[in-house]
Amino acid sequence: MVDFSIWDIFRNLLLAARWTVALSLIAFAGGGLVGLGLLIARLSGLRGVQTLISVYVQLFQGTPLLMQLFLAYFGIALFGINTSAWVAASVALTLYSSAFLTEIWRGCVAAIPTGQWEAAESLALNFAEQLRYVVLPQALRIAIPPTVGFLVQVIKGTALASVIGFIELTKAGTMITNATFKPFVVYSCVALVYFALCFPISLYAKKLERKFNVQR
Amino acid sequence: MSSVKPLVEIKELRKSFGSNEVLKGITLDVAPGEVIAIIGKSGSGKSTLLRCINGLEVFQSGSLTVDGKPLLHKNPAAMRALRQRVGMIFQGFNLFPHLTVGKNVMLAPMLVKKAASGSAEVMAKKLLDRVGLAEKFEAFADQLSGGQQQRVAIARALAMEPAVLLCDEITSALDPELVGEVLKVVEGLANEGMTLLMVTHEMGFARKVSDRLIFMHQGRVHEMGPPDELFSNPQTPELKQFLSSLTD
Repeated sequence: MVDFSIWDIFRNLLLAARWTVALSLIAFAGGGLVGLGLLIARLSGLRGVQTLISVYVQLFQGTPLLMQLFLAYFGIALFGINTSAWVAASVALTLYSSAFLTEIWRGCVAAIPTGQWEAAESLALNFAEQLRYVVLPQALRIAIPPTVGFLVQVIKGTALASVIGFIELTKAGTMITNATFKPFVVYSCVALVYFALCFPISLYAKKLERKFNVQR
Repeated sequence: MSSVKPLVEIKELRKSFGSNEVLKGITLDVAPGEVIAIIGKSGSGKSTLLRCINGLEVFQSGSLTVDGKPLLHKNPAAMRALRQRVGMIFQGFNLFPHLTVGKNVMLAPMLVKKAASGSAEVMAKKLLDRVGLAEKFEAFADQLSGGQQQRVAIARALAMEPAVLLCDEITSALDPELVGEVLKVVEGLANEGMTLLMVTHEMGFARKVSDRLIFMHQGRVHEMGPPDELFSNPQTPELKQFLSSLTD
């Protein structure tokens, strides 16, 4: 029987952690873009669009991410498209993130006093300019803590992608456990790697928040 | 004055919030250079009338033109053109807190009028000097007193070179000792020939500066005329009561 040292375990976990990071980045960048688009569509005030988006948000907030991953994995295949775990996980996590981010950011925009919109409007700025130069810069500052908080959630959420066969940190941990029969040691290492990913982000968020408060 | 083409023409303007009609047919012509003070109890529709003139409120019927151009809510290009002619100053100042005082003044000319940053800066400095705040160019709004913030807001509105300036209770949020400095700036504008429509609770100021005084009551222009006449010889019991309630 092969003997696995702690270093062997760690080395393999770290290799797999690349895919956790990659999937998180895809989910976050994709979700951020889609979420921003949804936010702007929502703010532009078309009634039908508003209802549609709030249904979208409720659907993703009201169902487990695990189900969303299953549905993406098996659902895309139903359309005759050959999906990989990669594509399914990216799609599901992007949609999931977009729903949460658009809702978080909507709250931040709503926190900006209406007087700011009105002042910008009465200076003849059009809707895009009001948003770009007056409202979003102010909303951005209050959006940082909840947005980064959600990024941490997404990183941990990628663990669920293991169930559709995507080999990331958690899946790698399971595979190593099956080979080593040391579940406690392996999963402790897995948890440590997740912590090492998430903790610096939380720290950075605090720093950013302070910086923005000084600079305004 | 009646021979001059009016700058602002309001005809039979009606505005409701839900089933509550707050403006019940306002007709008003404002001549270029005219200074009009609007007084009345809260809820009489004064602020709503002002907010209709630059399209912050949508009215249900009637017409409104500024400089001969009609106000069309559904037409963004027309609204943008109209709002360049109409400046507005708010009770709550509404300066942009993330920008410096100078950038507050420069923002709209650069975006809307495509002014180069150099010329916008020169103009902003000139306007801030005019309201007595030239040295605050790099300051942020929260470093200024209320009176200073309101004067910046005036400079910001002037930067768009409006034909008419709407002042919505601009001293109501100020500490009493700061009211004077803002009113002095407004008085200066009036003397320079700026067309002004102001909703105000400063009766002494209204009497001194305005060419015409409007008393609004329950969504209508209840009484209108030269300020001295209205103050010394009110015709309606409502205005009498309003004026006497002020001196109590």
